This record gives sequence, structure tokens and C-alpha cells, in this order.
Amino acid sequence: MRVSLDYDSCQGHQMCAIAAPEVFGSDEIGNAKILISGDVPEALHAKVRRAESNCPERAITITE
Amino acid sequence: MTDTQKPVKDMTTDYDIFDPEFVKNPYPGYSEIRESQCPIAHTDRHKGSWLPTRYDDVVAIAQEYETFTSRQILVMPPAEGRVEGPYAAVGAPPITSDPPDHHWHRRLILPVFAPQAVAKYETSTRNLCNALIDEFIDKGTADAAADYAQHIPVRVIATMLGVPLEMEPEFTDWVRGVLENMTDDEWRMRSFRSIVEFFLGQVEDRKKNPRENDLITDLMNAEVEGKKVPIEYVLGVCQLMLVAGIDTTWSAIGSCMWHMAQHPEHRKQLRENPDLWPTAIEELLRVYAPVTMARIVDHDIEFQGCPMKAGDRVLMAFPAANRDPRQFENPDEVILDRENNRHVAFGSGIHRCAGSNLARLELRVALQTWLARIPEFELVDPSSVTWAGGQVHGPRKCMVKF
Repeated sequence: MRVSLDYDSCQGHQMCAIAAPEVFGSDEIGNAKILISGDVPEALHAKVRRAESNCPERAITITE
Repeated sequence: MTDTQKPVKDMTTDYDIFDPEFVKNPYPGYSEIRESQCPIAHTDRHKGSWLPTRYDDVVAIAQEYETFTSRQILVMPPAEGRVEGPYAAVGAPPITSDPPDHHWHRRLILPVFAPQAVAKYETSTRNLCNALIDEFIDKGTADAAADYAQHIPVRVIATMLGVPLEMEPEFTDWVRGVLENMTDDEWRMRSFRSIVEFFLGQVEDRKKNPRENDLITDLMNAEVEGKKVPIEYVLGVCQLMLVAGIDTTWSAIGSCMWHMAQHPEHRKQLRENPDLWPTAIEELLRVYAPVTMARIVDHDIEFQGCPMKAGDRVLMAFPAANRDPRQFENPDEVILDRENNRHVAFGSGIHRCAGSNLARLELRVALQTWLARIPEFELVDPSSVTWAGGQVHGPRKCMVKF
């Protein structure tokens, strides 16, 4: 699983960081940033799916 | 007769956001409109407005910021005769700004409200909540809205801005004058004027007696492209902080207290599983989203079959969107560990609430502190709870016993 973020759509709801704090954090202005590079460890897949399904701006894309 | 005294004939063509029953409990009305043939309702009351109630429509309008502008954002037009004096045109940037200025208006204040920046207010907010509880815990009864919720955001915001905490009653009165009493033009105008004059005084004082570490000072020193930002921007942001940061969060805290007073099973769930707090807060924000904002239509357009005219007001009923069954399963039910929750309590798109991380922190700390010290409590009399509504929905009197 890989995850990407559309930085133009992100408005800093922080719902992704609430759902998957190991994978998503906050940049200086409170918008999302991805904290890991490459494949998402399997143990975090469920959390990342939850992050995707909680983003009000639909800014997260998962590729598997 | 005023607009609120005539009986409502039909929610889809004649809704009244200030109807006392709707103020108390707007959700059946939203649902009636949402499930009708006409999910974007219209009314001629209160100088006319449109009311989208489906999630997809509210989000689509929020995203189309060029068609649905933010030149006015209150659910009622400004009081007539308001514009007078040198600072009368002060807005509330970035919420009342449209691009291109919106970008720097927002960019400048966002770092103040990032999660890592607001974390430093957690301890002082907890101390404040504990001090409020100390006042009434031995009495066995308290007004969860007026003795507790109401005092929290105003003191947090006053601390951030660096203005006197003793002025809490004035701040509260001004904010209620702007947001809760829209049919009283005189109170509204007086409140706007008082806010701008107060902050102008604060700015003048800081010019004579420079300070450090408060938001007003930071705003006065802020530069964009090598130039100090205009005084209207400083005053506007201060006005926004006060107006948007107080009544809204206090309403959310109050609604959640009202909920918790009636749901021992949710209190128990949070006590037994503290890891639930982050998703529980989002679920409570979904169900009790306090804020409805407005947009002004830029040019004539047909939207979902509705003939909207330039200058029309559209009410962004985020509380209605958050209970749309097309988007949320069992939308009226509070499910503290809800899996899918793309709620829009803080709005959507470029005008999404800038202070959301502070609001979340205040809401969580207020509930945690209360539940730790008063784990069991209930409403004294459900029928005696009073509510504010229209722009901001939340309880104003909410007696509980413990």
C-alpha cells in the first residue's frame, strides 16, 4: 500500500492525523503531511483506510 | 408582525431559522427539507435566503468560492446604517475575504492554530476548567452552559490575544450582540462598534507600550512582501478571533455537556476506553456542529434547479449536512467510534475554520475535566434547557445535578 496527498485540496481538517497519527502529521500551517516514505506497513493499513474515508476534502489517495 | 411571528406554512418555501421551535431543535426541520422534493429550500423571511440541506450540495457550494462568495458570512444582512467612521469597513479576515487577498489573510494566522502550536494551551485550559468546577462542585448543581461552557473559550481567546480577562462579560455581551441577536439592529451595531473601538485602543496602547508574546502584537509586526500589514487587517483578525472563537466553541461544549448529561453509556464508554477520545470528539462535532455560515451569490446561476440571483444569501447549514443519511449511516445517532466521518462541522474548502485545532482542544479538555471530577450527572429538567440558534446553535441554560 502506498498513500499520496493532494496538497492543493488539503485544508487542514487534520482528520487523517486523528485516524492515523503514525502516517499523517501537521505542517507549519496545520495542513497534512505524510510522515513515512514508501510502502505503508501492513499493521497501519486499516488506519490509513480510515484516514482516507474521514478526509472531508477527499485529498488522500491509496494505491494497492 | 415581525418575520418570526407568522406561522411557518411550508419548510421548503417559508422556513424561519429564528422560529423558537427550530432554534431549540433544528434537526427535524432540516430532515423535512432534505427528504423533500426541494432539498435546497428558500424563504422570503429575514430578507430572504436559500438553505441547502444535503451534504453534497453544501460541500459543492463551499468549494465554489468564486460563485458563492464570502463578502458577507452572517445569516442575516448587516444592520442598516452600520458603515460609519474610519474603521467601519473592517471585516473579519480571512473568513470575509475572497481570493486573492484571502491567501495571505489566511496564511498569516494559520501557524498560530496548527495542532503543535495550540498544544501549549492544554494545561492552562485544564486549570481554567478545574477552577470553574471548584466554584460549584460542592453545590451538587450547576448550569453546564452558563457556569461552565460559556467561560472557557472567551478566557482562552483573551489570553491568546493578550487582552484583560476581567473584560470577559463585555466580550461575551458583544459577541452575543453580533451572533445571537440579529433581529436587534441597535445591539448589533453597538457590538460591532465596541469590538473595533476596543481593539483600536489595544493597538494604540501597544504602540506606546510595546509588548511581547501576544497575538495582537504579532499581527501588528506581521509583514507581507516586506510591508507591515494594514491596520484594518489587524483589527479584522482580532474581531474574527473574538466573534468566531467564543460563541461557537462554547456552544459546542454546551451541546456536548447536554448530551453527556443524558447518556451515561457514553460517559462509561469514554471512562473505560480513553483511546476513544479523538474519534469521539469528531463524532460529537458532527452531531452537534454549532455553526451555520452564509455565502453571497456572485452572479445569476441555476444551482440544482434553483434560480439563484446575484446578491442572494445562501445559508451553509453544516449541521444539516452532517446529518444527511446519504453520507452518514444512522446520522442522528451518536456513535463514538464511528468509522467513516467526513464531517464538515468546521466547513469545507478554502474558508474552513482556521481555529479548529484550538476548538477541538478546548472541547476535549472541557469534557475530560468535567467527567473526571463529576462522572455522574443528569439534567435537572430537560424542558428548562434554553437554546440559541440561527448562526450558532447551542444551549444557553442547562441546569444539571450531581
